Amino acid sequence: MTPSAIAQTEGSSAQTEAVELEFRDVTKQYPGASEPVIEHLSFHVPAGEICVLVGPSGCGKTTAMRMVNRMIDITEGDILLGGESVNAKSPAELRRNVGYAIQQIGLFPHLTIADNISTVPKLLGWDKARMRSRVDELLELVSLDPDETRDRYPAQLSGGMRQRVGVARALAADPPLMLMDEPFGAIDPINRERLQNEFLRLQREIRKTVVFVTHDIDEAIKMGDRVAVLKKGGILAQYAPPAELLMAPADQFVEDFVGADRALKRLALQRVRDIDLWTAATVKVGDPVAEVRAKLEDADVKIPLLVDDAQRPIGWLSEGALRAERVRKDLRSPAEPLVELDDILRDALSDLLATETRYAPVVNSRGHVTGVLSLEVISHVLHDHTLATTAPTSADFLEAS
Amino acid sequence: MIPSVLAQLDIQDPAEGDASCVAENGFCPGWIADNFDRYLGPLGEHVYLTVVSVVIGFAIALALALIAHRRRWLTGPIITGTGILYAIPSVAAFFLLQPITGLGNQTAIVALVSYTLLIIFRNITDGLRNVPAEIVDAARGQGLTDRQILRRVELPLAVPEILAGLRIAFSTTVGLATLAVFAGGGGLGSEILTDRFFRSNVVVAGGLAVLLAAAFDLVLLLVQRSVTTWQRAAPA
Repeated sequence: MTPSAIAQTEGSSAQTEAVELEFRDVTKQYPGASEPVIEHLSFHVPAGEICVLVGPSGCGKTTAMRMVNRMIDITEGDILLGGESVNAKSPAELRRNVGYAIQQIGLFPHLTIADNISTVPKLLGWDKARMRSRVDELLELVSLDPDETRDRYPAQLSGGMRQRVGVARALAADPPLMLMDEPFGAIDPINRERLQNEFLRLQREIRKTVVFVTHDIDEAIKMGDRVAVLKKGGILAQYAPPAELLMAPADQFVEDFVGADRALKRLALQRVRDIDLWTAATVKVGDPVAEVRAKLEDADVKIPLLVDDAQRPIGWLSEGALRAERVRKDLRSPAEPLVELDDILRDALSDLLATETRYAPVVNSRGHVTGVLSLEVISHVLHDHTLATTAPTSADFLEAS
Repeated sequence: MIPSVLAQLDIQDPAEGDASCVAENGFCPGWIADNFDRYLGPLGEHVYLTVVSVVIGFAIALALALIAHRRRWLTGPIITGTGILYAIPSVAAFFLLQPITGLGNQTAIVALVSYTLLIIFRNITDGLRNVPAEIVDAARGQGLTDRQILRRVELPLAVPEILAGLRIAFSTTVGLATLAVFAGGGGLGSEILTDRFFRSNVVVAGGLAVLLAAAFDLVLLLVQRSVTTWQRAAPA
């Protein structure tokens, strides 16, 4: 094993278990203020989940987040991390165990990227070799090249790269909980989307408990396992998984806040595999036409779909293809767009609209046809308010078989 | 440079030329070359007065700035206090201090220190205050204590402004130290005063003071560049 391989193993084996987080009747009132900023806020975040605090400006979402690591003191109530009050330790000790990433990033301009990332490990007294291997591991984790990056100063990196370093720094000592205050807020839309996706991918690996603050409902829906919608005065309007927020807003405030396009937003939450697809009559060149006609009777889509020997779609057949005894290769249109089971439903819809077709063959990760997506299927999803977003469906079964 | 100037005095014998030059109260390179040694002692005293005063002034100003960093309300009173010290005419200060501290460079140093305080204090407080709030917030959020934030983040980031203050303090002090002679503090000022109507003397003593100020400035500039490489790191 190379030294870096050993370090990697150490790094991942040392991973701390995420902790659950509980706000218990938390109130924040500044001396002299007539109204509290946060009022009797209670909610619970299970270990390893992303909880998004969202709301208009002045709703106290950042204040709520900052009370978790005692950057702001709690007036009344308590916040528990893994069952222990945040007041049990000194603020500095508590903060070293809670990752902290903010919109302005706040990298130290006079320190190299490696030294920036090593801030907390240094406070914890790690030795140099361990810090060095951890820096490289983290840079790779956030998709930066360690050799290119570690000795540079923050001013030498682009905004997106700095933001990644900010996340790496927050993760440095492998804290069980991360606080992120609009971490992607200052990034342009294209890079923001990329950073969001990267963070979600990262989160699947590291499974931290995350408190994520944003004012952007789309970001909240995308990033959150649970979303807490706050209104002015720090009052919790609704605390629910994103799909529930969109399907059943608790009140007018939440309904207005999630927006009139909430039905479309729901499509962003679902993958093609989550819905009931139409069935297709898949045929190969040389199949007996009588057999194909029988298949078409049973299929939802009445156009035969030509596939190759590996069940990969080639195209939709024309009437002419079935005139003889056996199927000939006579296509009316190619198998486009091609949708994958893991595609986001919204993206699949967009592909359908863009190619101006009614049907799109859906393939699994091996490229085999597993069904057909149509505008009608999607329209059905939009009207079905009972559909769970993560329930296993026949599509899963098809792929597994 | 001196030999080439001498060459221009061609026909005259150098010593004879000097004599007439001195008699005419001119600018006499020959005389300067012959008498340069007598300036080295006062130059040494001048360096001593300046360095000791600025170092003590820096220590006091830094202590005051760190106190004011924790107790913001003290900043105003400290600026007023050091500002009053700064406004006292230096010659008056040298005379006024004599009954207390006696005649000698002690008196000079006390006065010179008091003149550096305002400049250095203001630059340190400005430097600390100009550290962006989000950087301090990020440091605190990661679990640095106030003292660690000061030592590892705020002071390093204030270094350019602190050094800028020291450069001004050195230049000012070199100039003011020429008046230390009124307190019995010696230095280049005493040479100016002993023969203040002889042009060559005044030019040499004054010129050395200017060169000294420039040398201090250059040294500090080099220090500043070497400790703030991060400020000039080439963008990627």
